[in-house]
Amino acid sequence: MGVEQKLGNLGFVTHKLEDVVNWSRTRAMWPMLFGLACCAIEMMAAEASDYDMSRFGMELMRASPRQSDLMIVAGRVSRKMAPVLRRLYDQMPEPKWVIAMGDCASCGGVFNNYAVVQGVDEIVPVDVYVAGCPPRPEALIHGVLALHEKVQTETMKDWA
Amino acid sequence: MDKKLKSIAQKLAKKFDGQLDDSLEQARVIVPSGKIVELCKELRDKHDFESLTGFSVVDYHPQTEPRFHLIYQFRSIAQNIYLEVRMELNGSELLVDSVTGIYPGVNWYEREAWDMFGIQFEGHPDLRRLLMPYDWEGHPLRKDYPLGYEEVQFTFNYDEIAKRKPSPKE
Repeated sequence: MGVEQKLGNLGFVTHKLEDVVNWSRTRAMWPMLFGLACCAIEMMAAEASDYDMSRFGMELMRASPRQSDLMIVAGRVSRKMAPVLRRLYDQMPEPKWVIAMGDCASCGGVFNNYAVVQGVDEIVPVDVYVAGCPPRPEALIHGVLALHEKVQTETMKDWA
Repeated sequence: MDKKLKSIAQKLAKKFDGQLDDSLEQARVIVPSGKIVELCKELRDKHDFESLTGFSVVDYHPQTEPRFHLIYQFRSIAQNIYLEVRMELNGSELLVDSVTGIYPGVNWYEREAWDMFGIQFEGHPDLRRLLMPYDWEGHPLRKDYPLGYEEVQFTFNYDEIAKRKPSPKE
């Protein structure tokens, strides 16, 4: 069933505002380049032609936090990088989401030592954790789709 | 071993009362602390060692005399030879003369040595930390520096750790 059948002769459709806004948010969710380690290679692979994240409207990796909606933290975050990460997160316009990609970003991974933050959820609120060391592109795409599902269920109350 | 290299290493060991270790076909001169600036000058001006290709530190904790070895690796492009000079340093005297005046490229190596081992270089133009944050306390590559293990959060101890784990404020 196409939209033209719903249209009829009136020239407009009625729908829930929440659904329309959430739909538009998920269909052009631009991620920010935040490759910190080997996970970044898998993130690039997920963006490139074989896996092709542009199918989900996510082909544009922005190098600027001002133009991005989603921060994919790909790699281990050192204690020196932590304030930078938080600052970039603060510079992103609302609404914004965070994916912790890989074990290091999720919980410190194998780097349980003085220099590495034990999970980025200590400094930024994380929406989706993707496990793996590094996760394959399919896993990242699955994480992204899980985030899309989460965004689809947001209500007007959440936006306020 | 290269004859030229051997004669240089022997001269150097004699002049700076060090020992020559020529195992593994490599020239390694182990010298007591002090006189490193003089040694570098001699190598650069008299023996054509144009560059200091590497500089690093080893910590032999809990041994205290010497506790550290400062390893200078010299390269002579003209003669195609390498020479390694190891300077012994006791744990109680962590002040060494900087050789940035002779080999400017050693600037960041010495900053790293200060950052990681807490060895001070007298006469260094800009002795700041290189890798760790500027407000960091301690020198992590020392063998007596704690590794900083944090207890891992599993399902069985999730709540207990969640209580003390820091979390962001929105």
